[in-house]
Amino acid sequence: MLELTPSQTVGPFFAFGLPFDGGGDVVPAGTPGAITLHGTVRDGAGAPVPDALLEFWQTGPDGRLPTRSGSLHRDGRSFTGFARVPTDRAGDYHLRTLRPAAPSGSPHAPHLAVAVFARGLLHHLFTRVYFPNHVEANAADPLLSVLDEERRATLVAVPDGGPTGPGYRFDVRMQGPGETVFLDLSTHGLAQPPVATTETPA
Amino acid sequence: MSASQQPATQREVSAEIATAAGVPPRADGHPERAYGPYRSTALRAPQQPLVVSPPSLTELAAPVFGARDVAPIDADLTRHHTGDPLGERIIVTGRVLDGDGRPVRHQLLEIWQANAAGRYRHEGDQHPAPLDPNFTGGGRAITDDEGRYRFVTIKPGAYPWRNHTNAWRPAHIHFSLFGTAFTQRLVTQMYFPGDPLFGFDPIFQSVTDEKAQQRLVAAYDHDVTEPEWALGYRWDIVLDGAHATPPDPDGV
Ligand SMILES: [Fe+3]
Repeated sequence: MLELTPSQTVGPFFAFGLPFDGGGDVVPAGTPGAITLHGTVRDGAGAPVPDALLEFWQTGPDGRLPTRSGSLHRDGRSFTGFARVPTDRAGDYHLRTLRPAAPSGSPHAPHLAVAVFARGLLHHLFTRVYFPNHVEANAADPLLSVLDEERRATLVAVPDGGPTGPGYRFDVRMQGPGETVFLDLSTHGLAQPPVATTETPA
Repeated sequence: MSASQQPATQREVSAEIATAAGVPPRADGHPERAYGPYRSTALRAPQQPLVVSPPSLTELAAPVFGARDVAPIDADLTRHHTGDPLGERIIVTGRVLDGDGRPVRHQLLEIWQANAAGRYRHEGDQHPAPLDPNFTGGGRAITDDEGRYRFVTIKPGAYPWRNHTNAWRPAHIHFSLFGTAFTQRLVTQMYFPGDPLFGFDPIFQSVTDEKAQQRLVAAYDHDVTEPEWALGYRWDIVLDGAHATPPDPDGV
């Protein structure tokens, strides 16, 4: 086993290094069935976080993950499955995508994988966006089913249609009341006994 | 340690760094997200423990980047404008591997950095150092069959920040990496050997294990250096394992 390269914060100045044109356009405007996903990233004091970067990675409605390149240079036609969106001055982000479906054989309900980066965050955070209409799949989901109701709710997008069509809101609370459930998906984490998730920290 | 307090002195922050260094480091070498000497972590580190969870099939795959996404010139940050940028031209090269030592092939690396004067091309950078009209400071590359990458750039300058009074970042290049699984995602920073600012910097010192710290520091490599052209640095990067065996669907 090689020792891992440690994480360091994305810092405040990633704006010219990471965001790219159309980073929130997982599908082009006007795509049938497109939804918007938007929300606000907030810190432990409830203040908006204007220097966060969110990445989303997902299956399409057919349950498949894109296997062709072109996630940075969108061709204006394809579903890329990948979004990268910085928050604005109000801590808001938004993207346009399609509803995911679960890949065949997946024990998990349909979801988007999310990575959160920010100034002041020394190691990114993983979370997931689930959708409220998959009632049975969500109830059977290996993650959602082990969380209490309050924590589970932080992972489920809220229907919130807007002027551009059907939409969902998914807020990220980095710390404090309503703190989003963040995941340890590492091989290292899986080597550890699962952590109880319902206790309040000391 | 609320944000409304007076900025601390370097002496106070250095004392906090020394205290934090006495806490056993994480086994994986990553920093703890709540790290007092880096003030901005106070309101941004989760308080709840992370939920240990087997990755989903989505998380075991990753977005695909390739020739459509990255042009060869993207890896030469000295050629993004009509003129040559000021500063010390350098070559930074190395391999991206997973924890099992396998090359991470055909995956995206992105870098961004300050110019030679320690100034970022970013509206939020208030450091009174000059911008360089011939340097933007962003680059991209795709690893080759052996997991290798190579950038040509300018050695970035140290720069001040507002974490505490007289806080200076050691020279560094920000790196962003993808593996073949979304779980392998990594954003980090590469440093230069022998930097006198290491001991003063809360971000570098947030990695409290000394061996892990050294994994953030590139090595000067005279074989990478090109005569009459540029100094060479070598930096290998190791991502988390790729979960080669899918998780047990019945496991939680
Ligand atoms: Fe920086």
